[in-house]
Amino acid sequence: MKYVDEYRDRDKAQILVREIETLAGKMETPKNRPIQIMEVCGGHTHSIFRYGIEGMLPRSIELVHGPGCPVCVLPMGRVDDCVAIAERPEVIFTTFGDAMRVPGSRKSLLQAKADGADVRMVYSPMDALALARKNPARDVVFFGIGFETTMPSTALTVLQAEREGIENFSVFCNHITIVPTIKAILDSPDLHLDGFLGPGHVSMVIGVAPYEFIARFYKKPMVIAGFEPLDVLQSIWMVLKQIKEDRCEIENQYARIVADAGNTPALRAVAKVYELREFFEWRGLGSIDHSGVKMRTAYARFDAERKFALPNVKIADPKSCQCGEVLKGVIKPWQCKVFGTACTPETPLGALMVSSEGACSAYYQYGGVKRQRDPPPIEAGAA
Amino acid sequence: MNIVPFVHKRPRGKVHVPTVTLAHGGGGKAMKDLIDDVFLEAFDNPLLAPLDDQARLSLAALAGHGDRVAFTTDSFVVDPLIFPGGDIGKLAVCGTVNDLAVGGAVPLFLSCAVIVEEGVTIEFLRRIAVSMATTATSAGVQIVAGDTKIVNKAACDKMFITTAGIGAIRAGIDLGAHRARPGDLVLVNGLLGDHGAAILGARGDLALEAPITSDCAPMHDVVATLLAAAPATRFIRDPTRGGVATVLNEIAEASQVAIEIDEASTPIRDEVRGFCEILGLDPLYLANEGKIVAIVPPEQAEPALAALRAHPLGGAACSIGRVTSAEPGRVTMRTTFGGNRIVDMLVGEQLPRIC
Repeated sequence: MKYVDEYRDRDKAQILVREIETLAGKMETPKNRPIQIMEVCGGHTHSIFRYGIEGMLPRSIELVHGPGCPVCVLPMGRVDDCVAIAERPEVIFTTFGDAMRVPGSRKSLLQAKADGADVRMVYSPMDALALARKNPARDVVFFGIGFETTMPSTALTVLQAEREGIENFSVFCNHITIVPTIKAILDSPDLHLDGFLGPGHVSMVIGVAPYEFIARFYKKPMVIAGFEPLDVLQSIWMVLKQIKEDRCEIENQYARIVADAGNTPALRAVAKVYELREFFEWRGLGSIDHSGVKMRTAYARFDAERKFALPNVKIADPKSCQCGEVLKGVIKPWQCKVFGTACTPETPLGALMVSSEGACSAYYQYGGVKRQRDPPPIEAGAA
Repeated sequence: MNIVPFVHKRPRGKVHVPTVTLAHGGGGKAMKDLIDDVFLEAFDNPLLAPLDDQARLSLAALAGHGDRVAFTTDSFVVDPLIFPGGDIGKLAVCGTVNDLAVGGAVPLFLSCAVIVEEGVTIEFLRRIAVSMATTATSAGVQIVAGDTKIVNKAACDKMFITTAGIGAIRAGIDLGAHRARPGDLVLVNGLLGDHGAAILGARGDLALEAPITSDCAPMHDVVATLLAAAPATRFIRDPTRGGVATVLNEIAEASQVAIEIDEASTPIRDEVRGFCEILGLDPLYLANEGKIVAIVPPEQAEPALAALRAHPLGGAACSIGRVTSAEPGRVTMRTTFGGNRIVDMLVGEQLPRIC
């Protein structure tokens, strides 16, 4: 596959792995702990597992899988709200496939569908708008979820619905923003992180500038990374190089996609439709100020939260669930008390077990070799 | 005792309306006409023709093919009913033929039960019946028993088919998922994932146009060819739902061995790779309907591959990995990138109704 295979080249990977080993070998880490680099985005987590990148790195480097899976961080109460909307007889509830299995306190959307709710999987909010056009007698609700990556597409769909005068379409807005979340992680007292891989897709929309505070005030390096395995390796190398050279900068490895200024038309659409919420509840992380958006009053008629009476009940995370500690990199997924026992991908207790981008699910699916507390290193390049 | 053969003299009924109605399921003349005109017309064979409540099969004829009877059943609910490379009828015959074949059986007889939603056109039904008949002929099986039910609109999605099949297992053949041994090789007869990708593409709700055709085909001859060349073959399975990844996990579990596959030698066509890339799917989990996975001892792998490659349905046959004595039950893949990853069972099915 052209433009894909080039970024999966084994020989180039070996060169990078050797460079990383050399750099890591020369570095001293405080208190003999490994260098911890957090990949913020779930897409990176997926690549890391899919290509076996963790096993290629020296043991002195530890990847911490961050909060960047929007499905994972959705609190149970919001899922209950989804189910309540979906169960209304006049509603066609549309959602990305990943969100179907997220457990609510009563049921998931998948269970609601089995019980008779009209829940449909779509691949784009525009598909949901098309459904609204085709079913004028029904209320079509799109489950707006995701970071800045997916925010522009729901905003543009709302603007399109406004232009066409479609009144039976609304968005249940659960969009979240990355920067306050990274800040919340950085403010966490038990934090050890030494650097970040920045989210490629989010940055494509918001650009580079919003991350500057990480380097300036928290003195942590960040490299905005692409999603192919060579992108990830190169970005890890770039983070290490910053640490080695005692630099803290926001570097852009993914320049082929991410423009420094981001995507201006997309940002304009987002600003037109959404405003920041005072706070938003995250599964595993609790309430984070300004970490979510809601629809502006001008678009209230497209806002499912205003259109339907919602239970809007806050449901506490299960007590045994340690998603928050995993999200912050304090413990590894397999160190959670319920990992693989009470919490499995079939019956996810915690958010991180739900989506394929969730760190726990990824470990469960791809990372069995790493489940032991002191895993044997897999030799890179061994046949 | 002499068996007096039934002589078929009854004139066959004809359907004179364009669509199926509940009347065609009522057990009366309309149903008789439908069965005569559509199914009997297509499946025409002396074992089915009497339309008794059962087909009567000669034990001696079965015994001529082997020393054990293989018996299987499968239901087909694929959506869409017609897709590039096949339709529900072809799939319903291939699916059951292949389930028999991979056990080392010579597939011989099938039954066919159809559930049809009222409003489906007779022409469509006829097309599916003809497709079943053509596929059955190419697989060397006869459809000897059947049933037709008509249900209300929306009680099923146009048409569901259940086939059951009987075959005879050749003497001396004993295939089993528990028989894999360290050192054995994992062979496949060609490119993986075509069926799953073709079905998803054909649904049209992805706004993706991919020139991918289902690999749907009867595997009886491929299996016979393989077993002739590699009689010590341990196990064969058709990697349908759940794909190759699932089959390998089942083998690793049953035999308490590890299996290591090599991404670089796993044959997947570029169109399927691209399709999976865009949708975030893993081709190892995509369904196949014209593929087998075989565990073959190392000394017979070369003749097995040579024989498979000489077969029209095995041109791209290759070895994708080997059985090892590492962690029992574990399937791993050496990625083209140089890493190692676990290939686990899928938890749920994100792609319903692919067969």
